[in-house]
Amino acid sequence: MAEVHLQTVTKSFGAQAALRDVTMTVPDGSFVVLLGPTGAGKTTLLRMVSGLDAPDSGAVTIGGIAMKGLTPAQRNVAMVFQQYSLYPHLTVRENMEFPLKSPLLRTPRAEIDRKVDEVAEILQISHKLNNKATALSGGEMQRVSIGRALVRNPAVYLMDEPLSSLDAKLRADLRVELKNIQANLGATFLYVTHDQIEAMTMATHVGVLDHGRLVQFGTPREIYEHPVSIYAAGRLGQPHINILPADLFGPAPPGAVKIGLRPEQILQGRGQDSLVKRVEHLGDQTRLHLSFHNHDLVTVTGAHTALKSGDIVKIQPDRPFYFDATGARIP
Amino acid sequence: MSFSITEPSGRQKWIAGVLVVTYAVLTLIPLIWIIATGFKTPQDAIAYPPKVFFEPSLEGYVNLFTSRSRVTPEDLAALPPPDTFYDRIVRQYDMVITGPSKYGERFLNSVIIGFGSTFLSVFLGTIAAYAFSRFKVPLKDDLLFFILSTRMMPPIAVAIPIFLMYRQLGLSDTHLGMILLYTAVNLSLSVWLLKGFIDEIPVEYEEAALIDGYTRFQAFTKVVLPQAATGIASTAIFCLIFAWNEYAFVALLTSGTAQTAPPFIPTIIGTGGKDWPAVAAGATLFLVPIMVFTILLRKHLLRGITFGAVRK
Repeated sequence: MAEVHLQTVTKSFGAQAALRDVTMTVPDGSFVVLLGPTGAGKTTLLRMVSGLDAPDSGAVTIGGIAMKGLTPAQRNVAMVFQQYSLYPHLTVRENMEFPLKSPLLRTPRAEIDRKVDEVAEILQISHKLNNKATALSGGEMQRVSIGRALVRNPAVYLMDEPLSSLDAKLRADLRVELKNIQANLGATFLYVTHDQIEAMTMATHVGVLDHGRLVQFGTPREIYEHPVSIYAAGRLGQPHINILPADLFGPAPPGAVKIGLRPEQILQGRGQDSLVKRVEHLGDQTRLHLSFHNHDLVTVTGAHTALKSGDIVKIQPDRPFYFDATGARIP
Repeated sequence: MSFSITEPSGRQKWIAGVLVVTYAVLTLIPLIWIIATGFKTPQDAIAYPPKVFFEPSLEGYVNLFTSRSRVTPEDLAALPPPDTFYDRIVRQYDMVITGPSKYGERFLNSVIIGFGSTFLSVFLGTIAAYAFSRFKVPLKDDLLFFILSTRMMPPIAVAIPIFLMYRQLGLSDTHLGMILLYTAVNLSLSVWLLKGFIDEIPVEYEEAALIDGYTRFQAFTKVVLPQAATGIASTAIFCLIFAWNEYAFVALLTSGTAQTAPPFIPTIIGTGGKDWPAVAAGATLFLVPIMVFTILLRKHLLRGITFGAVRK
């Protein structure tokens, strides 16, 4: 296991800048989640570390060793692709053995069998080991794909939305399982996802990417509680943070253009009237869709609330975020 | 265009069956005719009306593989009685076998030149197609066009320059010369066909193999080649069919050592009357290797391309 460091990494595809001056350290044994919408440069960043693509400028080091000019094999990284990319001419077992049999590892037969069986057990695919890779469902393929990475003990695991094609139950199971594996192995993970629950539950650190720039890097809690911008604030939080005109509830600090309110930053029962437009009972909580001075906002209330559509509820901001005209947070 | 996903009715199946069988019979008639003629006697072969049922004879095959000469009845009577079936057949016509014919050699030449050039075309075609498919090749489109342009005229159009060139280089009537020539003609076809197949193989597989600790060459042999097997097999069949059946170049450039079967078979007619059964026998045997080759590779052709393991 090793620390991964990127120093002012820049990469363009034609006129399209995919990464701009990204400097980031993935500490040894950490689980770093990269967040950002499609096109933010998350996958490109993984490919820089893996060696499948080379940066235009800047440097990548793994375990203190400069990676420039090294092939993916020489870097000893494992990667789970967003596409399943199982070798279709091989069985599930052969797919999972493939990295262990490589000239890089040359694992003894008994060790290969032990490793593959162990990982297959964890991923619940033991009964599929002798199937053709093409005879699997999408979710099974993705698990085999994860398994192919987990049989190894690489410097760093790179995962590109590995759970995105799984159903909710399996995703929840594997989330816990991956986190356990990472914690037990002390492995370094660099993990790309859209899913904020994955980010909040698995990450030791979150990196927020915006159009190729790393705009914030910190623990999930830091990013959630101290976002640097509207963009960063919008990456985490369910329901989504409410962004409203800064002076909607009263006087705002100088320079503030927008106010940001997460559900827990909206106090209910005090302040000004708002109209309940819709009530969504989710079981453990209830979402309120409110209308306040002709602006819509969403907040959360107790599971057994008696509120219904058409009611009036008083609301008031509690230690809200303020953002300036560029979207940056005003401290 | 819409496709029906309902099971065809019995009547539809029946009509489709009749059409397929009719087509198969029509295409097979000449083939069956040739095979049947090979087992007729010369008299039956030219009988009118044509004989559909006849007493099979191996005369054609005996004549195909032997050189014979006519002897006087007195000399024939002086010979010891024939001890093999082919001696007996030949003696009926007052002839004796003087040795094997050249058919075996010519056939072997066909095998060497046909399979040799097929192997070279497919081998070179695969690596060229892989390079064109995966790497940044300067002037890629122009190069591909040039390669294809060799197919824009009948190959025989360049027969005279090649004839002169081969005479200079000492390649006339050599196996190497014919293998190189057929490879050159087939290469454009094989590069284009194989590039299409390799383009269809997602690059993710190779990237996965690179990550899994393999070199690019190993990724090529372990991941790309097995998936290109279908394309390689069908390309090989096309290349072999061309090289196997080629007539004009080999008639022009070879006279003995490297002559293949196609220009040899017609010469059988001249050796002692119109020996149609021997010609038909030669053609029948000539069909066998290519049929076997095609049937062996048919599994690969039908296996289909391995789509579906990559989410598109």
